Amino acid sequence: MLEPLPVLSATGMLGSGFREESIYRALDLGVRMIGCDAGTTDFGPHLLATGDSQFSRAAVKRDTSIILAAAVRAGIPLVIGSAGGAGGDVNLEWMRRVLLETAREQGLHFRLALIHAEQSKDKVRELMRQGRVLPLPPSEPLSDFAVDEALHIVAMMGAEPVQAALDSAQVVLAGRSSDAAIYSALPLKLGYASAVCWHAAKILECGAAAVAQRAAPDSMVAVLHSDSFDVFPMRDDYRCTPQSIASHTLYENVDPFHLVEPSGILNTLESEYVAIDNRAVNVSGSTFELAERYGVKIEGARLVGYSTIILGAIRDPLIIRQLDNWLERLDENLKERLRNTVGDAAQHQITARIYGRDGVMGALEPRKTIEGHEVMVLWDVISASQGLSHSIAASLSHMAVHNPIPEWDGLISGVAFPFAPSEVDRGPVYEFHLNHVVYPDSPTSLFPTDYESV
Amino acid sequence: MSTLAEVAKLIRSKNAGPFWLTLDVMFDDRQTYEAVRDQHVLSVELISRLYMQPRECVRVFAHDAAMAIKVSIPRPHSSGSPMDTDVFGGQQYAPLLDLAVEFPRHQGHK
Repeated sequence: MLEPLPVLSATGMLGSGFREESIYRALDLGVRMIGCDAGTTDFGPHLLATGDSQFSRAAVKRDTSIILAAAVRAGIPLVIGSAGGAGGDVNLEWMRRVLLETAREQGLHFRLALIHAEQSKDKVRELMRQGRVLPLPPSEPLSDFAVDEALHIVAMMGAEPVQAALDSAQVVLAGRSSDAAIYSALPLKLGYASAVCWHAAKILECGAAAVAQRAAPDSMVAVLHSDSFDVFPMRDDYRCTPQSIASHTLYENVDPFHLVEPSGILNTLESEYVAIDNRAVNVSGSTFELAERYGVKIEGARLVGYSTIILGAIRDPLIIRQLDNWLERLDENLKERLRNTVGDAAQHQITARIYGRDGVMGALEPRKTIEGHEVMVLWDVISASQGLSHSIAASLSHMAVHNPIPEWDGLISGVAFPFAPSEVDRGPVYEFHLNHVVYPDSPTSLFPTDYESV
Repeated sequence: MSTLAEVAKLIRSKNAGPFWLTLDVMFDDRQTYEAVRDQHVLSVELISRLYMQPRECVRVFAHDAAMAIKVSIPRPHSSGSPMDTDVFGGQQYAPLLDLAVEFPRHQGHK
């Protein structure tokens, strides 16, 4: 019979915050580890492409300093996954420096493990040649070209590299990780049932996001038993209900009943969610099906170009009612102008989004009509250099404002620009272009680990 | 006759990774949830038409424990890419709001 194992999730994302007393309260309950996810793809591909952190250094340091001191003083492990945002080597090193700085300031000493998740292009090409890389829907098979274009590639580790690091380190900074692996690694290592570990970890990965009504990010505790787990928040004014915990399998997942991890699939079809009291829920009945092949997801980002945008609004109903034609004529006039300035060879892409029609939903918008009395056009010019995009945008905005319609004779000014200058340089823009699974030699082979004494 | 917006507790959309979009329609009482589920208000056919997606790309789940219907479709453009219009995918649920739900005479709803 396994002892109840309490595990703390500090918050859903390192740097998003929690109440300090929530951590101390969890320590009083005897939690056996602290975990925190530090990354996500939510904010877009730029974090992976550039190595930047979404939250400020100050915000990440504040959260880190509290949980690091709590874990080291209590003598329990701290696991931070998807370090630095995207979990690439640049992100991981950034996070390491934040951690070392706060450790020094607080006089904390511990053994640190750094688990790398960044993948070299050569490694990915080798796996590709061996037929060990498959596309995930809706993506195409991986090409050499896509690998060449990647600025960074990371693989999303499962629980095994974290477990190996916990053998000799108290604090684990992991590169890109499955969010749930942060929390499942220790309980799996201690022999708790896979289904209990993974389902509890799935709830913990978002901190207090699974409470009925969350005012601000905060902490959550799960207590694992041999065949079920209890989950409850640290803030007194938060509560978990069977529905709020059951609903958490919906959040950001394609399929709420089959949650895919590198080592297998958590099946929640038969899960039961029972209220223990008015703020804690017991979960049982989940199963875990081991995968035939151990597979990890890879993520990659590439540069698309440099963007200059223009915001322009239109109030004249005569222009609005022929907007598509007006945009087409503008496009033709602009093409002629660009032939004489930047030349035919200068490749670029211009998109015009119409706010007031389908600006928010684009291709998914079923109502493609303008029903209001004004529209906003957002032009986005993307080319291989900022200078070129800017010069095309400058011609575009000038031609747009005077683009004629047959109803008016003479020179019109048909666009209201809210800003001067009306062209805004956005810098480099990126996209996620890898959505594939790789089948490595072993669960740890893609994730080399460095150790240091702090 | 009611609309989904009138009877649901929450209708939301969000990314499920950078390549998928997922829509959740959640209820706070079982009767309403079951009416929506059993009338197939959110069917693969309807979502396929409403969001202009091939049927084989549309996934619909009825989650009894959560009292929720979930719909997942591929994103037209990956999250945060230059052609994307909604980085978090948070504003893609509006076409669901006006879908009609029928209630038998004796059943109450809000």
